[in-house]
Amino acid sequence: MNYLIRTEKLSKIYPNGTFANKSIDFQVAEGEIHGLVGENGAGKTTLMKMLYGEEQPSAGRILIDEKPVTIASEFEAIKAGIGMVHQHFMLVPSLSAAENLVLGKEPKRTRSRTFDMQEAVRITEELSARYNLPVYARARVADLSVSMRQKLEILKALYRGARILILDEPTAVLTPQETEELFAELKALRQRGKTIIFISHKLKEIFNLCDRVTVMRDGRLIATHQVADVDIHQISNEMVGREVQFEISRPPLQAKSPALVVRDISFVDDFGIAKLKHVSFTLRHNEILGVVGVDGNGQTELVEILTGTEKPLSGSVMANGKEITGRSPGFIRRCGVAHIAEDRITVGTALPATISQNLLADRYWRAQFCAPTGFLKMPAMAAEADRLVKDYDIRCNSPNQPVASLSGGNMQKVVVAREFTAEASILVIAQPTRGVDIGAIEYIHARIMDMRSAGKAILLVSSDLQEVMALSDSLIVMHEGEIVAYFPDASAVTDKELGLYMLGIRRQSDDELRKVLHEHD
Amino acid sequence: MNTIKRFFTDRDSLASLLVTVFAGLFSLLAGIVLIFIVSKNPIQSTRNFLLAPFLRSYNFYYLLIVMVPITFTGLALCIIYQLRYMSMIVDASFYTGAVVATAIGTQLNLPPGIHPAVAMLAAGAVGGLIGLLPAILRIKWRANELVSSLMLNYVFYFFGSFIILYFLRDRSQTILSSVPFKESFRLPRLVENTQLHAGFIIAAVFVVLVSLFLFRTRWGYEIRLTGANQKFAYYAGLPVTSIILYAHFISGFLGGVGGAVEMAGLYRAFIWQMNPSYAWDGVIVAMLARKNPRFVPISALFFAYLRVGADFMSRRGDVAFEFITLLQGLIILILASDRIVNYFKERRLKRQVLSRTGASEGGSR
Amino acid sequence: MIDFIAGVLTSANYWFIVLRSTAPILLVTLGAVITEQAGIKNMALEGSMLWAALTGVIASAATGNAWIGLAAGIGASVLVALVLGFFALKLDANAVLCGVALNLVATGGTVFVLFSLTGDKGISSSLPSKVLPSLTIPLVKDIPWIGKVVSGQNIIVYISALAVVVIDLVLRRFTIGRRIRATGENIEAARAAGIDPIRIKFLALIVSGILAGFAGCFLSMGYTSNFTSGIAAGRGYVANAAQVVAGGTAVGSIFAAMLFGLMDAMATFLQNVGMPPELIQALPYAVTILGFVVVTFIRDRREAERKRRLFSGNGSGGSGTGISHARTPRSKAQGLTHGM
Repeated sequence: MNYLIRTEKLSKIYPNGTFANKSIDFQVAEGEIHGLVGENGAGKTTLMKMLYGEEQPSAGRILIDEKPVTIASEFEAIKAGIGMVHQHFMLVPSLSAAENLVLGKEPKRTRSRTFDMQEAVRITEELSARYNLPVYARARVADLSVSMRQKLEILKALYRGARILILDEPTAVLTPQETEELFAELKALRQRGKTIIFISHKLKEIFNLCDRVTVMRDGRLIATHQVADVDIHQISNEMVGREVQFEISRPPLQAKSPALVVRDISFVDDFGIAKLKHVSFTLRHNEILGVVGVDGNGQTELVEILTGTEKPLSGSVMANGKEITGRSPGFIRRCGVAHIAEDRITVGTALPATISQNLLADRYWRAQFCAPTGFLKMPAMAAEADRLVKDYDIRCNSPNQPVASLSGGNMQKVVVAREFTAEASILVIAQPTRGVDIGAIEYIHARIMDMRSAGKAILLVSSDLQEVMALSDSLIVMHEGEIVAYFPDASAVTDKELGLYMLGIRRQSDDELRKVLHEHD
Repeated sequence: MNTIKRFFTDRDSLASLLVTVFAGLFSLLAGIVLIFIVSKNPIQSTRNFLLAPFLRSYNFYYLLIVMVPITFTGLALCIIYQLRYMSMIVDASFYTGAVVATAIGTQLNLPPGIHPAVAMLAAGAVGGLIGLLPAILRIKWRANELVSSLMLNYVFYFFGSFIILYFLRDRSQTILSSVPFKESFRLPRLVENTQLHAGFIIAAVFVVLVSLFLFRTRWGYEIRLTGANQKFAYYAGLPVTSIILYAHFISGFLGGVGGAVEMAGLYRAFIWQMNPSYAWDGVIVAMLARKNPRFVPISALFFAYLRVGADFMSRRGDVAFEFITLLQGLIILILASDRIVNYFKERRLKRQVLSRTGASEGGSR
Repeated sequence: MIDFIAGVLTSANYWFIVLRSTAPILLVTLGAVITEQAGIKNMALEGSMLWAALTGVIASAATGNAWIGLAAGIGASVLVALVLGFFALKLDANAVLCGVALNLVATGGTVFVLFSLTGDKGISSSLPSKVLPSLTIPLVKDIPWIGKVVSGQNIIVYISALAVVVIDLVLRRFTIGRRIRATGENIEAARAAGIDPIRIKFLALIVSGILAGFAGCFLSMGYTSNFTSGIAAGRGYVANAAQVVAGGTAVGSIFAAMLFGLMDAMATFLQNVGMPPELIQALPYAVTILGFVVVTFIRDRREAERKRRLFSGNGSGGSGTGISHARTPRSKAQGLTHGM
């Protein structure tokens, strides 16, 4: 069989020593939608980056139409007919959609050789109509919705003559309904002869959309199947190497006194977009309150305001009876609020600093570690770091090695170890398992449940819907900066139902929403 | 001792050390090539350049004297670089520190010992306050601290010479000079008949103090954490703004003290016709020391050696002293090039990973 | 004193000097603008100017032709920019640090070369160097007052005005301007669109090198007729601050550079009324910093005000369309966040 694109023994080792791809033989036929599945960190994105020229293989080769090719840059990938839609959109916010679409291959006025805006808009509108992917050509990208930016990315690739479209987890930022719309559009593209590589870790989507599927695990290609020939269990086994279990033991607990009282919080971002509109809720001890919503609907900003890295425009936040609105993270921490930041690379850890420094960053000043003269008690600090490394099973050679040398899972354990031992009664947890291996995920989930049993009040924000639903006692749904639903019992709601609220199609009545305040408990 | 052991067992540090030594040797080599290009008597000039401290005992003591100011500016910049800031304001702190010390050294009558100490404290305080300015501009108005500090350096240089000219000038001298210092202001000599002064000891004490401060106190800990990742430090609850401010104050303080020590140790009056700009030497010293104050004496010794060699050679031949700045620039360029450092690290890593996993490779499908 | 300043401000002579003082700073500010837009800070502008000033003098003295001097000077200046590009873009070095290193090389290197050639460290007066011509503009020169200000300037002053127009066109009308902006604003996006960001940055560096070359040659072959050590006097650094005041636009650069030019020119006059020259010399730098602070302060105020307005106008209710109500501030994307 001839393949449009295939790889032979392709391997990739990153400079930090990560062996991301091990001898991959990956084959895609013309005109198919080919699913590529695997857990976070399985090596899917690395493989695609090599196909798109963003990374160079350490060994092996790539063949297009059975001819070996070197794809040294994105530019060459485009020339070879490969287009990619990244997880993080590659758009210039201050330029219009049309300008972004033609960037790198711009129409020019014949005489003056200057940029031809009218032509750019015409091209955009024509492409948009031909492939039925609606975008506003003249609007600035910063003003476009996420799903429209994604359509623009697809159009960008098509404008450059892409035969092969790579979509890297395109549904992560979409609502269920937007996802369905995208799938219809992708199937239409297949009809027009385009080949699509669809990366995901959501198996249901693969079965809805793809012709064939390739499974990766731990940097290796495990198998490729006709989707019609396999069932979801087999794929899922191949992905994780064992049965997936999101089984969480949940001792029944009665939520107690209010811990975090949030009233009427509003926030406007740098682009003038209202990210939070009058958000109010109450978080109680012994409770995990899950926050559900499509990424970018204000969850990030909410967490930032609760923990002090961002200041609200109006409203108030009380933690354990103390006013913390707009105070510094240091002050808020001293009021008993710990925080697992959603971005552990740029916020949650200091990569060049040692594991020990990262573990003690919030407590080095306590009398236990620091004499009144300002001199540090080095032995006490070393002992504490050793204890945390052991207690939280952080796999490392020494607490004095830089955090940057750890794997994603162990890095997250450093964050968890620090925040869960921070003498805090309120935990604000954002994306606790993003980009973390299965083993670490289970470990972290168990620890979160321990914290619940210990009487902490936990606010859990995660874009992994299954995770939030499995861990939380109750749920709130956010849409466009507002709380649109509150479910006191998380087990009584289905993901389909949540989807309707996440998309903003449904919205609870004010009376229902007022329950989240717990003012008359 | 422990640190030194760890330093040599930690491969990343070893790679950095290799690059540092490489930068030093390469600059020496480039210097020699340059001498051969411009000098009519290259052998003699090269000999003077490389062996200066050993040819004359004067040169040897001169080497030690030169180490003093660049140790101060080097320490000051270590703190700034630990914070991952780029301010060059220590130049203004040093110069203004010298001016403040001149004012105190000429206008006040204090007992010996006390007199230079008061001058150092005052110069340090003023230097520290000046050091704050670029940090404030950056925090409040996002001004790049390197750009603003370089312009402030001009402002303070002109302002300092204004003070000397209009308030402290010795009008009996034809060249620009302040009135002579009081005898009580001058630091004692360490060795008879040389210029080696007690400032050398003071500099050594400051190396120890700054090392302790940076690695053993909570404030140094805060500075290092903030430098490692400022966003993280803020998130972890550190008072980032005040950390940035006191780090800059201390850095400026060191510069100011350095200026005062230089005045009290080496001169009879303020006679700088232009800014000696020891801050730029401090950049090299701090970079060669990999922003670790414990290594500042070593890198200061190396750079003083280059400086004394260049000075001796230029006075005895046809190669201008300024050629040292060429070497200086070269060293910074090499040390700043991450790719050169990473080259050593990556090559080793790739080999390791391949040899570790290569054996188990093959039958994965 | 007030009478004196009023007298100065109305004299054609003063404004003539203002234009002359503004020209070099305007040229380097444009250089800083274009590199900043491309997302690389050219800290080596100071070094570029120094080498251009010296090379221009040497080449014009050697050939007896000022134009060859200018060409050689620009060549030297571009070379500095290319070296910066090589280290910063090819060897992943910190661009700011490299710029500083290159300035250090230039400060000492120019003196070193001057000494090796002439035996003098301070000034190139022993070299028979040429100066670039001044132009008298027919008709304009006969307009009272204005003629005295505008006509009779050195050719580089006119070139600096031309450069504003060219850079403005490049940034706003040509595709390359969009590519430069894309590179500076979101390098990943540029790369994904098949643009080679390294090439774009090199291009911006070369343009800034050419501009700094004109500026440097003007200093030693027009503004004065010699090279003196440290002749650039921090203008390369000032340009990096002025770039922010300019708000990342070519037209804004005129105002930013003028701020420095006004002070620089005023210094010449103030000296005549007995102001200490040291304080006067400090003035342009202090005023540039002050200008920066004021401009940033005003922008921050406006930004806060705009956000508040947007919120009250947009505070409630989402929208069913794919587009949100709020408009993106253009300034946000344009260098404002970069700092100076």
